[in-house]
Amino acid sequence: MSIWMIIIVVAYLGVIGYLGFRGFKSTKTATDYLLGGREAHPYVMAMSYGATFISTSAIIGFGGASAVFGMSLLWLPFLNIFLGIFIAFWLFGRRTRKMGLRLDAHTFPELLGRRFKSRFIQGAAGVIIFLFVPMYASAVLTGAAKYLAYQFSMNYNIALFVFSVIIALYVVMGGIKGVMYTDALQATIMLIGLSFLLYMTYHKLGGPTAAHQALTDMADQVPAKLQAAGHRGWTRMPQFGTPLWWTAVSTIIMGVGIGVLAQPQLAVRYMTVKSGKELNRAIPIGGVFILLTAGVAYIVGSLSNVFFQQTVGEISIAVAKGDVEQIIPMYLQAATPNWFSVLFMLTLMSAAMSTLSSQFHVMGTSIGRDLIEESLGRKSKNGGVLATRIGVLAGILVSVYLSYAIEIKFGKTGTAVVARGTAIFFGLCACAFLPMYVGALWSRGITKAGAIAGLIGGAASSLLWMLLIHEKASTALLLCNTFFGTRSLAIQTVEGKEVFLSSGPIIWAFVDPLLIGLPISILLTVLVSRFTKKITDEHLAHCGMMSE
Amino acid sequence: MLGIADPWVALAYLLCIVSALLCLVWGIIKWNQDDPETEPEEEIRQWAEEEDRVGEEL
Repeated sequence: MSIWMIIIVVAYLGVIGYLGFRGFKSTKTATDYLLGGREAHPYVMAMSYGATFISTSAIIGFGGASAVFGMSLLWLPFLNIFLGIFIAFWLFGRRTRKMGLRLDAHTFPELLGRRFKSRFIQGAAGVIIFLFVPMYASAVLTGAAKYLAYQFSMNYNIALFVFSVIIALYVVMGGIKGVMYTDALQATIMLIGLSFLLYMTYHKLGGPTAAHQALTDMADQVPAKLQAAGHRGWTRMPQFGTPLWWTAVSTIIMGVGIGVLAQPQLAVRYMTVKSGKELNRAIPIGGVFILLTAGVAYIVGSLSNVFFQQTVGEISIAVAKGDVEQIIPMYLQAATPNWFSVLFMLTLMSAAMSTLSSQFHVMGTSIGRDLIEESLGRKSKNGGVLATRIGVLAGILVSVYLSYAIEIKFGKTGTAVVARGTAIFFGLCACAFLPMYVGALWSRGITKAGAIAGLIGGAASSLLWMLLIHEKASTALLLCNTFFGTRSLAIQTVEGKEVFLSSGPIIWAFVDPLLIGLPISILLTVLVSRFTKKITDEHLAHCGMMSE
Repeated sequence: MLGIADPWVALAYLLCIVSALLCLVWGIIKWNQDDPETEPEEEIRQWAEEEDRVGEEL
């Protein structure tokens, strides 16, 4: 590590420490914030919003994935901006905030549980979140540890251990209290950094059209294995109906793009804003932010192929020796000045910390408040507090273990593990919660039984699909192999060769659980609601659902 | 278009930019627009106090 690197690291930590201290000193409780007259500076407010939209996995994981899949993945940032920001804040945000306040709901499961008058819903949703957030969290952890390992040329396991200890300390010491200033700083560096990276990449490659054209012209260099799976070049969609098409479109694009609407952490954020005005203001900030961070990461990730081709004569995935999550770190180091990549790394690390700490927060409340206190009704003797703390601790340990195990299992095989872990979590959230959540906000006709049926049906069908059919997940989870002696029920072995079961263009082993679970969940929610007891007008009025 | 071989990919590229612009224009127009009906202060106070309790527990 050069002297400059040390100076930058120390200076950055100093500034973060100062801002953290300043934030901590002026930390306001929700009561102060929502009722007090003081307002944060609009710039700080705007940028700290921004920081909540970016996660390290979006940059490292999905940026790396686009270096493999190509620019077809740009459908995802489009969905993120249009559904995840515009529709989410405009339509979902306003109603969620109003209903959350009326029902005195403080977590996503609590909102759903109180809306449908069901403790079961709150408890079950809490359990689902508690069990599956670690998958998402481990994706973020893996991304951060890989970057750290690359930047400091250290062993991945050591990087993971060091980073986990830092995270644990950070969470124990109060985690997300008063991080507005640090968030704003991270977001600013991230925004400037990625805009600069995009400008520099396009500039080096002769402007947008020339750069894209150069990438188009490289189509013949797609590795044979990817070509066989349906890859037709980095500026084209994969061949329709091929394994690669199903992975890109059903898992990465739709799984994450649709799943973002039913994210428990996001729904909570709607409730903590001061007024509807702030939801309005979050839309332009979030939209532009996603474009300039995630969107840029996807474009730059794809174009890194041209850069590496011109400089070392190989495509990105070959330069990274098959390790998808190393591509963005390597590109940053090769193409940008040293001080920039160090600063950028620090930003990504702290962004990962704030993302992780909010994930652990959600895990803790889902088990402590949603399951123990509210659903099981154990409010006394501080049972909830203890359960919350154990929940956070267990969540951290499981996430770290997953990151460790995932690396051993998939490390260098070229599968975009980070992107997939995120996709599985988002997909499951959509199957379990989206129909009920939409129903809760807009429909007077969805009943308690309908909501429960959708929750169980959606979660169970997508889980079963994941465990038994979806090739990538079922292979990794080993359950199918244990019981049926095959890595997926949709794969048959004929004369020693694997044959994927298909119906027309549908190759079942590659169809994402979302495409199975979400329709089942919608159907069950609507059908069961037709034949079961309606929720009383009185309760609907209490929720703020006016009769038409 | 734009050096991108597949119109579907070019469309995604453009839609990213267009949707971000949509967010921007929408936000600028509605920057100061609040909800027509605001919640009673008591409701917010109760919610905020409970939220602080949740935070304390953590």
